[in-house]
Amino acid sequence: MGTQVKDVIIKPDAPSTLLLDKHADYIAAYGSKKDDYEYTLSEYLRMSGIYWGLTVMDLMGQLPRMNRQEIIDFIKACQHECGGISASIGHDPHLLYTLSAVQILCLYDSVDALDVDKVVEYIKGLQQEDGSFAGDKWGEQDLLRSVLSQETFGKMDTINVDKAVEFVLSCMNFDGGFGCRPGSESHAGQIYCCSGFLSLTGQLHQVNADLLGWWLCERQLPSGGLNGRPEKLPDVCYSWWVLASLKIIGRIHWIDKAKLRSFILACQDEETGGFADRPGDMVDPFHTLFGVAGLSLLGDEQIKPVNPVLCMPEDVLQRINLQPDLLS
Amino acid sequence: QDTTFLSQEIPPVFLCFRDRKEWADLEPVPQDDGPNPVVKIAYSEKFSDVYDYFRALLKNDERSERAFALTSEAIELNAANYTVWHYRRVLLQALSKDLREEMRYITAIIEEQPKNYQVWHHRRMVVEWLNDPSEELEFIADILSQDAKNYHAWQHRQWVIQEYKLWDDELDFVENLLEEDVRNNSAWNQRHFVISHTSGFSDAMEREIQYCLYQIKKAPNNESAWNYLKGILQPLGLSAQPGLLERVLELKQTHCSPYLLAFLFDCYEDALENSKENVAEEEQQKTLKKALEICQLLAQEDTIRKEYWLFLGRSLKNKHGSSDPSDEPLADDPEPSVPVSEQQEMS
Repeated sequence: MGTQVKDVIIKPDAPSTLLLDKHADYIAAYGSKKDDYEYTLSEYLRMSGIYWGLTVMDLMGQLPRMNRQEIIDFIKACQHECGGISASIGHDPHLLYTLSAVQILCLYDSVDALDVDKVVEYIKGLQQEDGSFAGDKWGEQDLLRSVLSQETFGKMDTINVDKAVEFVLSCMNFDGGFGCRPGSESHAGQIYCCSGFLSLTGQLHQVNADLLGWWLCERQLPSGGLNGRPEKLPDVCYSWWVLASLKIIGRIHWIDKAKLRSFILACQDEETGGFADRPGDMVDPFHTLFGVAGLSLLGDEQIKPVNPVLCMPEDVLQRINLQPDLLS
Repeated sequence: QDTTFLSQEIPPVFLCFRDRKEWADLEPVPQDDGPNPVVKIAYSEKFSDVYDYFRALLKNDERSERAFALTSEAIELNAANYTVWHYRRVLLQALSKDLREEMRYITAIIEEQPKNYQVWHHRRMVVEWLNDPSEELEFIADILSQDAKNYHAWQHRQWVIQEYKLWDDELDFVENLLEEDVRNNSAWNQRHFVISHTSGFSDAMEREIQYCLYQIKKAPNNESAWNYLKGILQPLGLSAQPGLLERVLELKQTHCSPYLLAFLFDCYEDALENSKENVAEEEQQKTLKKALEICQLLAQEDTIRKEYWLFLGRSLKNKHGSSDPSDEPLADDPEPSVPVSEQQEMS
């Protein structure tokens, strides 16, 4: 029953062992190189970039190598009057970067560096009539990760959870997956956000776990890698979005773990450290985090256990007493 | 991360803003990376210059033609900077700029950077201001001709169609795309979107089933077609559709695939779940046996999902198996080896 499937071929000389030290060196040095054009141009997402870097370092037990105080000061300088946090200084606040900032401060056990009440107000203010959340006050629609922030602060009652749940469920499609908006194509990244959201709001029972689990395990290609929707190439970040979703809905054993692991390892760059989206491509911190986090979910003992809902080390969540539901 | 903007050509002759006399009145605001910069960044000279002046304009909330022109420069250097786009929208309104000209500008940017979130959002805003979607379907079709699965394009398309009720030709559009590439999952999704918002699936069901089977004959290993077929039938139940099982069994002879087998399994499962009162126990067990055989076959053929197929077989057996001790257990059906850290229950 073989067929021409869109996939990659892993070369025999692709990396097959985990090069954690190289990855730690890569992240620690990231951004300190002069004339780094890519770093300059990614300023618009700097806060998320820092979250990716710090989280992967913590998972590898290397967090102390990063500059804690400087980062906390940076975050403080990014909090605006309205409570929202921007990607970098001088940028507008945005939900995505507010979330990243909160996550970073959880890693550092310094959430009090923020005016928490103001952040809560900001997020609350972004909820739309249909239950969804705008990304910023200008209305660009975005993902529902605001719930994480509210949950972290113990302020879930400030948002209209029922409406938000209603919106998420309206994004459920005929194939069991979720799209960005009602009617949008099912997409693994979106499924991850929706599963995480339903976990945090105690609504996982609304998911058809068998149907969704089937759609998710169908993402695995012969190379062992996972794609984000049918007929697309595998990408190491999907070894996070898909895998974490499967873990949340209790079906992680439906994919072939050994094959996935070998795909993820093949995405490493032995010279520079870091992970790329697929074998042979250029590395970046984003894919490095998700490669390492994916391996953690697969049970690699050299890496700290990672929480599938929040993509943060489990020990951090234990410290703040946040244990989102998972299906079994 | 999309880095297509890295390939932007810098024009050969660029006069820095700081050297332009008509900008002399403005004090540029240098990059502020915070009290203790995490890193020392060396930006390109042009980038620093443009953004220093952008920050100055922002600080003064200047609403002028030169500010507007500068946003274009800033966008060219980094089209993902949402602060710049927002400022540009403020200026578009404050200066009563020609929105049709702006649409041409947006079109050019999307052509170069079709996966940039900000520019698609910007386009939607301008279309709303103009209250004129007349160019949209053709424009999106053009973008899709370059990448038929561009998620931003499809999302914008769905918004335009719903907002302005432009449903009429969309099913034809979808069919054309599926003629070009029957595996285009986005197009299958759009098909579902159109039909569910227009005729609905009750009258259209037979036509849609025929359409799926026709496409499956052309390309049997097509996840999208099978997902679609299952998706439209699921609400009523797969076994409720007269003649469907027979048609699929017929197809099995010539166009078999893991998807077909999985679909067959779903048909049998549905039959077991929703059996009528007068269905004999013996009949049920026959159906169960057929279903279990399929699981076996799939576990052997689609090995990467072996755990899933074994799970399906086990759970069906648990639910509908008879208490007959002579029933053979599924061969090659040990308890799955689950890591200690995962306490998974097969439900």
